[in-house]
Formats: sequence, C-alpha cells, structure tokens
Amino acid sequence: MKYESQKVALAYFAVALGLFAIQVLGGLLAGFVYVQPNFLSELLPFNIIRMLHTNSLIVWLLLGFFGAAYFLIPEESEREIHSTKLAYLQLAILVLGTLGVVVTYVFNLFEGNWLLGKEGREFIEQPKWVKVGIVVAALIFLYNVTMTVLKGKKTAITNILLLGLWGLALLFLFSFYNPSNLALDKQYWWYIVHLWVEGVWELIMASILAYLMLKLTGVDREVVEKWLYVIVAAALFSGILGTGHHYYWIGTPSYWQWIGSIFSSLEVIPFFAMMAFAFVMVWKGRRDHPNKAALLWSLGCATLAFFGAGVWGFLHTLHGVNFYTHGTQITAAHGHLAFFGAYVSLNLAIISYAMPILRGRDPYNQVLNMASFWLMSGGMAFMTFVLTFAGTVQTHLQRVNGDYFMDVQDQLALFYWMRFGSGVAVVLGALLFIYSVAVPRREVIASGETAEVPAE
Amino acid sequence: MREVMTKSMARNIFYGGSLFFIIIFLGLSAHSHFYITGTSTDHAGITESVAAGKHVWEENACINCHTILGEGAYYAPEVANVMTRWGVLDDPDAAFETLKAWMESMPTGIEGRRQMPQFNLTDKEIRDLANFLIWTDNIDAQDWPPNDAG
Repeated sequence: MKYESQKVALAYFAVALGLFAIQVLGGLLAGFVYVQPNFLSELLPFNIIRMLHTNSLIVWLLLGFFGAAYFLIPEESEREIHSTKLAYLQLAILVLGTLGVVVTYVFNLFEGNWLLGKEGREFIEQPKWVKVGIVVAALIFLYNVTMTVLKGKKTAITNILLLGLWGLALLFLFSFYNPSNLALDKQYWWYIVHLWVEGVWELIMASILAYLMLKLTGVDREVVEKWLYVIVAAALFSGILGTGHHYYWIGTPSYWQWIGSIFSSLEVIPFFAMMAFAFVMVWKGRRDHPNKAALLWSLGCATLAFFGAGVWGFLHTLHGVNFYTHGTQITAAHGHLAFFGAYVSLNLAIISYAMPILRGRDPYNQVLNMASFWLMSGGMAFMTFVLTFAGTVQTHLQRVNGDYFMDVQDQLALFYWMRFGSGVAVVLGALLFIYSVAVPRREVIASGETAEVPAE
Repeated sequence: MREVMTKSMARNIFYGGSLFFIIIFLGLSAHSHFYITGTSTDHAGITESVAAGKHVWEENACINCHTILGEGAYYAPEVANVMTRWGVLDDPDAAFETLKAWMESMPTGIEGRRQMPQFNLTDKEIRDLANFLIWTDNIDAQDWPPNDAG
C-alpha cells in the first residue's frame, strides 16, 4: 500500500462483502420460496424477500465501486485522499441508510408515509429519507475524490472513473421524480436503471478493469488507456440509444422498436471489446503477477459479462423476439448472469487484488479464492441455463399458446428446483470467497520454484 | 491500432460521439414524453383516484411479485391487462367488486400454491387500485402483451 489513505477502501469492502452475503442468502431464500411457496408466506412474503435481494445487491455493488475508487485514485493521482474523515462519514451514512431500509421493509413500517415509508418502484423502493441520504453520501464522495484528482495527476483511468461516478449520482436524481402517469414514470425510471447498468456503470467497469490490467499484466499505460477510450466510446454510443429496448411496450412511440433493436444489438461490442482487451493484455503482458486470483476474476469478469450482458442480452433484445419474451424467465436469466458477470465479478476482482495489499497479507490465500470463482461462476452459469429453458417453455406456453400464467408456472417446477440447487452452489462460493479474503493467513498450496519475477 | 489511432484521437471520439448521442437521445426523449401525454395514454384522465391507486400499487410493493407492462418480478401474473382478462375493463363497479373479492380471499393458504399476502386495503384503496389498473390497461403499448394471458 503506497498511500495510507487507501486504507478506507478496507472498510468499504468489508461492508460490501457483508451485504453480498445477505444478498445471496436472500436470493437463496427467494429461490426456495419458488419451490415451496408456503414457506414464510405470512411472515416474510416473497415481495419483501425480493426487495432485500435486489436492494442489497445494488448497495453492495455501489459500496464496492466507492471502495475501488478510494483504493485506486490515490495510486493513479499520486496523492492521499482529500479527506479520510469524509470517506468514513460517507460510509456511516450509507450503513445507516441500509439498516433503515432493511428494518422498514421487513417490519413494514410507516406504510404510505411520504418520508419514512417505502416508495415501491422496482429497485428504488427505498424510503425518501434514505434516498436523500444516498444523495448526500454521493455528494460527499464526489467532492472527496474530485478534489483528490484535481490536486493530483490526471489519468484516463481516473477521468473515466470520475465521469462514470458523476453520471451515476446525477442519474439517481430521477428517483425523486415519480409522475402519476405510469408510462412517463417508466420512461424516466429507465434513465436510472438502464443508463446506470448499460451506461455509466460500464465506464466504471472499464476503468477498474483497465487499472487491474495495468497492474496485473504490466502492459504500457498508453496502450491500456487507448483501449479504455475505445471501449467506453463503444459503450456509450450503443448504450445511450440502446435505452430504446426498454421503450418497446410502455406507451412510447414505435420508432423505439427499430432504434432499440439496432443500438442494443451494438451493445454487444463494448462487452466483446472488454473481453478481447483483457485477454490481449494478459497475452502481451510480460509481468507474472503473483496474485493469480485477481487475474482469474478479471478475466472471468470480462468473459461472463460478455456472455451475460452481451450474448444473453442480445438473445431477447430484438423487438420481434422481445414481444414474446418480455417479462418472462428469459429476462431473469439474463439479469442474473449480466449482473454477476459484469458487476459482481468486477467487485470481487478488485477486492481480490486489493485485500492482500490493504491487509499486508502477502502471500495470501489464492486457492480458496479461485475455488470460490469456479463454484460461483459454475452455479451462476447453470442457473442462467435452467432459467433460459424455463423462460423458453414459458414463452411458448403463455405468450404463444395463451395458457394462464399460474398454469404455466406449475409446469416449470423442475427448472425452479434446479435453479435452487445452483443457488446453493453460488451461496457456498460466496461464503468461501469471503472466508478466503478475510481469514487464512497462509497459502494452502506452496507456490512453485519457477515464478520468481518481481511485480508491483 | 498504434498507427491508426492515437490516445488523444480516441479520447476526442469518445467525448464528441457521446455528446452527439446524448443530444439525439434527449431529443427523442422529449418527443416520447409528449407522445405519452398526448397520444398513447389518457393523460387528462388521470383522476385523483387513479393517482391514489398508483400509490396503493407502490406502497404495497406489488411490483416485487407482479409485472406491470412486463416489468417487475416474475413470481405472479401480469397486471397491466388484468382488467381485460377479468372482462371488467369497461365497468369500473364490476372491476371494483372483482378486485375486492380477490384481495379479500388472500392468502388462500392452499398447500403448494404461491401465496399473495393479505394487504388489508380499505374499500377506497381497492377502488383506487381498480381505477389505476383500468387506466393502465388503456395505455397504447404497441399491442403488448400478445394475448390475454399477459
């Protein structure tokens, strides 16, 4: 660790991983309710479980991004964080907000209250006071990192990262706009959801990946940064108008069917470029970095993001296909692999890279970490396959044949059992990951004699 | 790529191109906004009851089981066309009665069936919700969903 203030990242990563555990356990519970629908149905209904599952995902990914920013910005701008106190204050606000959200959802407090009650639009169900807290925390964060970068060295990586983080915060402001017209509500709701995950989050993802490639492969900075600009250009050129694939069936004009189909097909390109970039850098790089786990997660991230976000996204993005598949288990399949590949793996990659440095634990345990990669990725891939099959059957029975929703769902039970099984693998993988970065102090397997090339 | 493009060229393409696409997107967004308020939805028909019904829908986190216009959770049926499915789209009183009967018989407690919670809605809330769902059913959503099953 070159800069003392990088240490704040440790607290962010710790809270993020705690919420990650809650997220996957919530997911497992939801998967169990799918196959045993009477379980907890009066105590903790499915909608509450799902809110916990999705909201904790979003918050822990954001905490991971913030932690990653606090970790890499000092190294990139070659100076300490502007204020570590503010960084901890920001974290405290977010933790308080998260606890508030959990208590409000689980005990259904303040229902209908404009300030304290949950707001109930998908993914932004947080009560208004929590939303305000998120905005305050984001402002503190942006002030803190922007000051750091402005006073220090400016690199393409920090430029793109800051651009992504500023966009993330500004777009979140649309969560305060909730028109009574449902179609308008949906139009601007996608400004947050789509322009986050298929817009500004991709900037964050590409810049963190670029940083990891720089460190892990030792390829020349000029090369990495040129790739970075090309990738983020492809991401925004396709992703902004790609929003159109959410404007097919919500009351927006029909021209979105063509704009959405064409531009969202192009959204595969940045994900393919990121995958190509990661592999080319590793091949070209002369450095044999000892942190193989971080390298595995980085390559895994780029690959699974290409399949989850790119290929599975394209699978149902053409409007002629989407007319039938919209809102079926196909969407669930895509959502799971896309989020896991692009954003979960990204966070776990930077955490795998940063943790040993932050905790002064070189050498560190990689074997368990790498086992957790295969367990989680395998589980997630299997889950994606079974949900894709479930969605295909559902699309045919319900959307083509016109059978009723519940009759169709009853016929999908086998797929939901397999999804639950794959969920068990993912949960075990997640817990193993957390254990591997938190507990062991020594390698399980001693490294060979050959690889003794010094690395940063 | 070394000779074809320099880093500063790539950077300029990124900033310039992104700005270009943002401007197009904002223009189309503005057009879509007025298309929604003027053409595809009954914007003037958003009564106090419809607006209140939307809040009932939100406060009870219905979207975390159901989909509405295909968006939400996939645990329970689509509701944007539920009034058509029930055959009560043109009869607000029948819509209210049907919805009330449905809401009050929940949860069924039947073993092995997905359970909808008992939300203890008042008659006014149920009427608002019914009006909101009728209003939603009348959105011109390019003929989606493909059939009444939703």
